[in-house]
Amino acid sequence: MMQAREIGTEIPEIEIRVPSRAEWVALARLSVATVAARMHFNVDEIADLKLAVAEACTNAIQHARESDEIVITCRIYNDGLQVCVRDFGIGTEAERIRSRDLGEPRVGGLGVYLIRALMDEVEYRVEAESGTVLTMFKKLGDSAR
Amino acid sequence: MARVDINMQVRSVNGSIAVVSLDGEIDVYTSPKVKDFIGKLIDKGTYTFAIDLQNVRYIDSTGLGVLIGGLKRVREHGGAVTLVSTNPQTRKIFDITGLIKVFDIYDSVDDAVNALK
Repeated sequence: MMQAREIGTEIPEIEIRVPSRAEWVALARLSVATVAARMHFNVDEIADLKLAVAEACTNAIQHARESDEIVITCRIYNDGLQVCVRDFGIGTEAERIRSRDLGEPRVGGLGVYLIRALMDEVEYRVEAESGTVLTMFKKLGDSAR
Repeated sequence: MARVDINMQVRSVNGSIAVVSLDGEIDVYTSPKVKDFIGKLIDKGTYTFAIDLQNVRYIDSTGLGVLIGGLKRVREHGGAVTLVSTNPQTRKIFDITGLIKVFDIYDSVDDAVNALK
């Protein structure tokens, strides 16, 4: 569950809209990395955010059928960055949020596992008619606050 | 467009070991190119690989999937794959996913090749 948080700056929300295609995932992850850098996340934390955003977008491209667009919303809080990745496709909840068993090496299924490992809070909301929203939160390290 | 790409090169050591050097970013856009590149080498009968990730600035689960898929294919022929990376973020991803136990990761190409001999 996402915690209720106090909004931290005069520009609390940044929205990035990209086509739901593989060649645009880099733009999404680099845009979020830029926001994170301005918040003074450290290099390792920015790398975590980039990967989590890319995994969320990849998941949307691979599983959200009939979705043309991905909307990434960054919300800046005093204690960290919340990123929502929304698609507008049809996909089952089970195939979206399944985090794989690491016991057997196989192709696929690692994305959700990585998101959960790299972010401090993760929440999926599947809406039958309008798509899926993945909301994740990364805490700022103490030195950056 | 935020253009990402991947450059791929291969050289042969002792006629049987392929050293594949990757340079760039491996994501959902570029990983099919890497899969195709390695897949064609396997199709031609190369089953032993040292894959150099030293110049890979970014890799995600689709890249890991390509490496796992390649490993599974070569193992069917008694082959093997070693990796080269000193990048802390790359190693962290292998660690988190448990793939550190599946792949042997070395600090240099020489070490990765010697492990295959």
